[in-house]
Amino acid sequence: MKISKDTYQKITIKLKINGEIVETDIHVSDLLLNVLRDKLGLTGAKPGCLNGDCGACTVIMNQKPMKSCLLLAIEAIREEITTIEGLLNSTIQKEFVNHFAFQCGYCTPGFVMVSHALLMNDPNPDKKTVIEWLSSNICRCTGYQEIEKALYSVIKGGNACGLKPKNTVKSNGAKKTDETGRLN
Amino acid sequence: MVMIGKSVARKDAWEKVTGQAKYTGDSQEGDMLYVEKVISPYGHALIKKIDLSRARQLAGVKAVITGGNLPLTGEEIRDRYPIAYKRVRYHGEVVALVVADTPKRARQAADTIHITYAPLPVINTPRQALDPKAPLIHEDLGQYKKISKVYPEQGTNIANRTKIRKGNMLKGWSESDVVVEESYSLRPSDHAAMETRCALASIRADGKVFITSSSQAPFMIKRLISEYFGIDIGDVIVTTPLVGGGYGGKASVQLELLAYIASRASGGRLVKVQNTREEDMLTSPCHIGLDATIKLGCSQKGKLKAVKILYLWDGGAYSDKAVSLSRAGAVDCTGPYQIENVSCDSLCMYTNHPYASPYRGYSHSEVLFAFERTMDSLANKLGMDPLELRRMNAILPGHTTPTQVLLNSSSVGNLPACIHRLKKLMEWEKGQRIDLGNFKVKAKGISCVWKTSTIDTNASSGVILIFNPDGSVNLVSGVIEIGTGSKTILAQIVSERLKINLEKVKVQMKVNTQSTPEHWKTVASRGTFMAGRAALQAADDAISQLKHLASCVLRAPVEDFEIGGERVFLRDDPSKGLSYKELAYGYTYPNGNAIGGQIIGRGHYVLRHLTPLNPETGAGKPGPEWTVGAQGVEVELDTREYTYRITKSISVIDAGKVMNPKMAEGQITGAMSMGLAFGGRETFYFDDLGRVMNPQLRTYRPLRYGENPEYVCEFIETPQKDSPYGLRGLGEHGLLGMPAALGNSLSLAAGVHLNELPLLPELIWRKRKGADEGDLL
Amino acid sequence: MISFDFEYYRPKSIKEATDLYQNLASRGGKPIYYSGGTEIITLGRLNRVYTDAVIDIKSIPETQTWGFHNNELITGSALPLSIFNEKNYFPLLAETAREIADYTSRIKITIGGNICGQIFYREGILPFLLTDSDVLIAGSKGVKRKPLKEVFDQKLMLEREEFLVQLATKKIYMEMPFLSVKKRQQWKTGYPLLTVASLKKDGFLRFAFSGVCPFPFRSEQMETVLNSRTQPYEERALASFDYLPQPILNDIEGSNEYRLFVLKNTIVDFLKKFEGDENK
Ligand SMILES: Cc1cc2nc3c(=O)[nH]c(=O)nc-3n(C[C@H](O)[C@H](O)[C@H](O)COP(=O)(O)OP(=O)(O)OC[C@H]3O[C@@H](n4cnc5c(N)ncnc54)[C@H](O)[C@@H]3O)c2cc1C
Ligand code: FES
Ligand code: FES
Repeated sequence: MKISKDTYQKITIKLKINGEIVETDIHVSDLLLNVLRDKLGLTGAKPGCLNGDCGACTVIMNQKPMKSCLLLAIEAIREEITTIEGLLNSTIQKEFVNHFAFQCGYCTPGFVMVSHALLMNDPNPDKKTVIEWLSSNICRCTGYQEIEKALYSVIKGGNACGLKPKNTVKSNGAKKTDETGRLN
Repeated sequence: MVMIGKSVARKDAWEKVTGQAKYTGDSQEGDMLYVEKVISPYGHALIKKIDLSRARQLAGVKAVITGGNLPLTGEEIRDRYPIAYKRVRYHGEVVALVVADTPKRARQAADTIHITYAPLPVINTPRQALDPKAPLIHEDLGQYKKISKVYPEQGTNIANRTKIRKGNMLKGWSESDVVVEESYSLRPSDHAAMETRCALASIRADGKVFITSSSQAPFMIKRLISEYFGIDIGDVIVTTPLVGGGYGGKASVQLELLAYIASRASGGRLVKVQNTREEDMLTSPCHIGLDATIKLGCSQKGKLKAVKILYLWDGGAYSDKAVSLSRAGAVDCTGPYQIENVSCDSLCMYTNHPYASPYRGYSHSEVLFAFERTMDSLANKLGMDPLELRRMNAILPGHTTPTQVLLNSSSVGNLPACIHRLKKLMEWEKGQRIDLGNFKVKAKGISCVWKTSTIDTNASSGVILIFNPDGSVNLVSGVIEIGTGSKTILAQIVSERLKINLEKVKVQMKVNTQSTPEHWKTVASRGTFMAGRAALQAADDAISQLKHLASCVLRAPVEDFEIGGERVFLRDDPSKGLSYKELAYGYTYPNGNAIGGQIIGRGHYVLRHLTPLNPETGAGKPGPEWTVGAQGVEVELDTREYTYRITKSISVIDAGKVMNPKMAEGQITGAMSMGLAFGGRETFYFDDLGRVMNPQLRTYRPLRYGENPEYVCEFIETPQKDSPYGLRGLGEHGLLGMPAALGNSLSLAAGVHLNELPLLPELIWRKRKGADEGDLL
Repeated sequence: MISFDFEYYRPKSIKEATDLYQNLASRGGKPIYYSGGTEIITLGRLNRVYTDAVIDIKSIPETQTWGFHNNELITGSALPLSIFNEKNYFPLLAETAREIADYTSRIKITIGGNICGQIFYREGILPFLLTDSDVLIAGSKGVKRKPLKEVFDQKLMLEREEFLVQLATKKIYMEMPFLSVKKRQQWKTGYPLLTVASLKKDGFLRFAFSGVCPFPFRSEQMETVLNSRTQPYEERALASFDYLPQPILNDIEGSNEYRLFVLKNTIVDFLKKFEGDENK
């Protein structure tokens, strides 16, 4: 497969985001993060470094956390993407609220997504695993204790799966189709 | 009290956990233009030539802007062009802007701009800057426009000097039996808020300027844009949505000026300037550095007698807020102790580093690192318990501060109580240094802290309460929600005073300088005090309106009315009354006649009796009260490689009144985390050309999860009598003593004086190696 | 944001990939193989990488191989670092890979990218240097198999049109005792101050290093000294330094002196772990 370059020529791709197929015009060099935010109006994923260092841009791709600044949008064709907008009322979100697990809130979508992905993969992770996953992200406001408490209260509550992403949020300006993304 | 002291959930909680919360950079509009910067690759250089020819020809480019024809800016001294002109003075300084229709085109065009520089000698430390032979960074220092309370010295690199002269130094030294003198240094570092700074601007045909900015100071943006560019102040309208962390770094006005300039050059169109992480660290103002020398004397018994201090602040290339920071460092130049004889010179030095903005604690954590390390050295020399030395010298009501403010039981918290509690929490009697064997030593270090604010003497805050038809109320305040939860606390205050359900207090998170009453700046931990007072006044104003209306409707004297349960009723017969709902939009009689109108409560507050500092002695009253606290850190040092684990970090703060325990804890632990990172690992590394070598979060390293210690956080409550419910500021205080306590614990563990930050294993190794005088290799 | 644009190709076979490369290059283009893409994206953003066409090799089946064939473990070059812990066939690799970057990034960073990237730590190569692995390299003349030792000097010596397809490691190495330690000054995530990996084969200790010099290396000369059983551990460590390649890194992660100090300790610890406490 080939996608051709013409510096300002855009191409149309289909992405599967929050359970919905969306069609959007991109440049080949566009990051998934920018396409989500600028083209689809899904601004929950945040730019913090565009360097893979902070995790504020984390989404879930095929059940795994993914830094959307480390991925070209074009690489996401045919993959299942879930953004924070695709989670509503998940247990982890409730526990973030209950435990004051954020202050400014800028890192929060990233932390919610990485925590949610962790619980999807392992509802009962050990301490080392929790540290391994969560240290992918940076929170500058909290001392992490609150985030830890929120996560462990889900683990202890054994309700990691009130978790199925609910695909209720629609992305702006996106054309729907019913087949999986294919390149034109 | 129903609402005060309760851990109610934050008003911004759900929007934040669902990703719906909107920050400045989230706004995206079809006709928006994008601004990219060209920044200086050198710390100090002349700009010889700028070649814009290619950039101008590229498709989509609307404007290319370089220095010249722009006003000098700066909050106290106007020494900085928003875009460098003829010369760059720090790595990252803006040299040109490109405005284009897409970010990519703007970046591409910016990358074609070729600039020829002639490098100049670089000043890399404030001590170097003080050298009379040092090159001058601002030859025209004496000619810059400035406010009256700042004292730059022409022909030097001194941007400001604050002098503290209290008591009689000769007497002080003659009464001192034991004296220590030490020097300290720490380089500039960064705030590293997760949201990088961002500003939007547009200019309408009628001349109105609209700015949206991730700022802690939208009202300052309004004032400064008006002043710098000669625009009617009412025509500058600044909006600030939620802000993704600031810690002081977003209190400076910088990108907003660039956005305005870019919009002006593009026919007033809406433009967006967003920092990359690298620009946020290099180009935008950073956390100030400090070199310090402290000479401290006490009697045989440990009573502090005299101190002589030199603070040399690394204010960077421009003075903006650094001069004010150097002044704040003089105000509380000692730790929270009674010392009769104090002499301090606090100098703000120009260097070729990124310039400084406030950083959580406003100079206090830096000063306290130096001072509290000196206290430990003194205790050591005296052979005295460092906690006891602090307890016996603790500042108390009846004592005076370095600027000679006489304290009373309201204006200063209870430090001895904090120390007492800390001692228990740290199990002090079990020993300060414990050898755990196997190359592991456990050690405990402490620091006492205090802080007042040093904000403008006429800084004010206003609140409006606008009732809805159902009797609920909209709370409008100029305080920015940067994560501290201040607006939730204001809602608690309003709920308490109006005796109304908290859910019925609707908080407007966004600030718009046209429709929101001013709150000077969301800094200095004064949000809840000042805006809280204004909120109380606004609530009282609303209550009085409600009562007057009820008095009229129910034909009874106003004084006979009481409020409760969202009703106004007669004290002696509560069944006779009217609900807020019936009064919120005026009262409508059964026959359709109506009186009154929408209830709009209004309140404001300005700090009282503040005075500027006397230029010769420093005497003056900078702030309303001093919050105090005692903090401790426990570490486990590996005595082979000098890596360490911070096992516990403790804060006991006199909060006056804890308004929302969970949020207060969150503020304190978050601040401790930041303070430990600042003390332990964060710094900019500069090379010989003054370039910052680590402007990325990969090599500049805030704490991550799993690196944090256990946090313990307790409060003492000694009310500040003129504040809402007795509360004191605490947003910054968790940070203040962390670098010092960490330094004290590690110095004790390693058996060497660690007087530099950050406290990296290599530093400890180097000092140990020096001490052992042998080669450890 | 990457300011320049490029073509994107996702070939399904090795031949398709190398042909593409040649075609694009012969047209005067600047193609580049793209694996995890994280370095191309993050350095591209800073104009430290430029390309006008990326050839994404992730859909080539051979680059995704992870498993044993004929007593060899085959490691596909486009495997993400995270997989080595999920299916732990090669414990030394799992342990070394686990310390690179952070968990989420490891789901994207690939072993081939780590080995061939310009970020010079290239920690992922250490396990292969210690295990006499072979590399399979695709080029215009097809796929060639070479001992890693012959083609690795500071970095993998590839011709422009070549790419790394797989690494092959004999199964017997999977059972050998090993150690892998990454040291950083005072944090748990990120670049190394230094990384040392070691493997014991037939009673002989092998050592490979990253973060000591601006490239990873294995030094047989150092190994000879480090295996001289008669000398005390510390002396061996110090004596081995005579054979350290130059320069020793002296940067913001730590000075050269401090690195050597930590390196000495690390080696002594390794010797203790492999050979037991000296006094016994
Ligand atoms: C957040 C973060 C943290 C990091 N921390 C570490 C660390 O701790 N230690 C460490 O060692 N590294 C670290 N790195 C660096 C990382 O390992 C390298 O940048 C690596 O190149 C990324 O792999 P990739 O698959 O994404 O590479 P890509 O971006 O796909 O490729 C990188 C380079 O290698 C070339 N290349 C890729 N695959 C092949 C192949 N099969 N054959 C030939 N050439 C190829 C590409 O053409 C390109 O030039 C970190 C990177 C990030 C993003
Ligand atoms: S923005 Fe993607 S990791 Fe920081
Ligand atoms: S809540 Fe502000 S960065 Fe995490």
